Amino acid sequence: MKKRAIVCRCEDIIEEDVVKAIDEGYTDLEELRKKLRIGMGPCQGRVCIQLVTKILEKKTGKKVTKKSLPTSRPPIVPVSLGTLASDKK
Amino acid sequence: MKNKAEVVIIGGGVNGCSLAYQLARRKIDVVVLEKKYLSSGATGACGAGIRQQWSTKENIELSMKSVKIFEKLSKELGEDIEFRQGGYLIAVHNDKDMKQSEKNVEMQRSLGLKVDILKPEQITDVVPILDVKGMRAIGATFCPTDGHANPFKTTFAYANAARRNGATIYTHTNVVDIKLDNKKIKEVITDRGNIKTDTVVNAAGVWSKDIGLMAGVKLPNIPFRKEIMVTERLEPMFEAMVISFKDGIYFSQQKEGQIIGGLPIPGERSGYKTIPTLSFVKHMAKTLTRYAPVLKNVNMLRHWTGFYDVTPDARSILGEIEKVKGFIQCNGFSGHGFMLSPRVTLLLSGLIVEGKTSDILESLNLDRFKDKKIERETSVVG
Repeated sequence: MKKRAIVCRCEDIIEEDVVKAIDEGYTDLEELRKKLRIGMGPCQGRVCIQLVTKILEKKTGKKVTKKSLPTSRPPIVPVSLGTLASDKK
Repeated sequence: MKNKAEVVIIGGGVNGCSLAYQLARRKIDVVVLEKKYLSSGATGACGAGIRQQWSTKENIELSMKSVKIFEKLSKELGEDIEFRQGGYLIAVHNDKDMKQSEKNVEMQRSLGLKVDILKPEQITDVVPILDVKGMRAIGATFCPTDGHANPFKTTFAYANAARRNGATIYTHTNVVDIKLDNKKIKEVITDRGNIKTDTVVNAAGVWSKDIGLMAGVKLPNIPFRKEIMVTERLEPMFEAMVISFKDGIYFSQQKEGQIIGGLPIPGERSGYKTIPTLSFVKHMAKTLTRYAPVLKNVNMLRHWTGFYDVTPDARSILGEIEKVKGFIQCNGFSGHGFMLSPRVTLLLSGLIVEGKTSDILESLNLDRFKDKKIERETSVVG
């Protein structure tokens, strides 16, 4: 079996997918996120973003600044719609 | 950076990139300038819907012809844009709205669109998870050829095809000024260099207003912040987009299984602020679980903000500006830029390359706001 280095568990993205996308010209973390859906799963990018950042820095030789990290989007953990709809305090 | 081009497009959203593609394949030397990354504005935050059920003739025609292009777009661009036609179900809540809906449907049908008017009991045939009583619907309209596509993939596919045809795209490049010469476009000034050109396309979404001012043109567009949310992935349950003009809600299930939807924020104001609010989340969760109570145990994963670039009649501003030669507008989409982009950019490329105009371009020109009487698009959600 071929070795698979998983980068994003939520969206099942492997290192090869990231490298291929960078080679195709997606050299911006946000563009990579929108192409590969990294950071869009239940973990909110806690696993994948750091790994993808490392791969991107290695491939392009450019440091990814904190400013260019993808926007974090609430909630911090998934919340059910029923809970959010409830008026109970 | 290139120092001249035949056409400079400002804005790397779906409209900027698809227009670049249309121009490049007609052998025009075109440059796209994007201040952040491709699809970073309204395109990348949008609800992905593609609808043909409108109240104004222009929007019906633009969207029907856009759907024809969307149907073949994956093949044409050589990349899958995930276009699917699951239809749009528009809930109707009272007799007055039903009368307006019947009027809309009559016009839509006269233009060749297949639209059905559904009785309450037929609503769950289309979307089984809906609670007709909870949504307080007395009926609905349904167009089976409406649908959705992936806005990121569509934009990237257009950009890649544009580059293959010779277009140049600069991201992370800010336009700081536009120089005129005797009321004609002369040069675009950016933070990375200057480009001489005689044609500039203003496709900058909510920032179009600022770009307009650089050329001395005042656009009536107002930026409105919108919010949208996404749930975890679920088994496929329904294919249609469900919307209501009265509640302002829209939601659909995407290819990967997540439900995406939004509605207007209570007490919404104009502006550029992009912080998601708790009041949106509460209002959205309440309305969505009223429409589909089975979703109450489903987790919301994320919510985010985007913009509507809203004009006084909720319709786009297209074509050349009378007072500045070579200054083309492609903005003011009022929340419908993605779905109209294929046809709009085809028309604009015809205008730029051959000087070809059309009734639609004429009626959506900035000129129309000189008249006091404008025809408003009333079929708006979100």
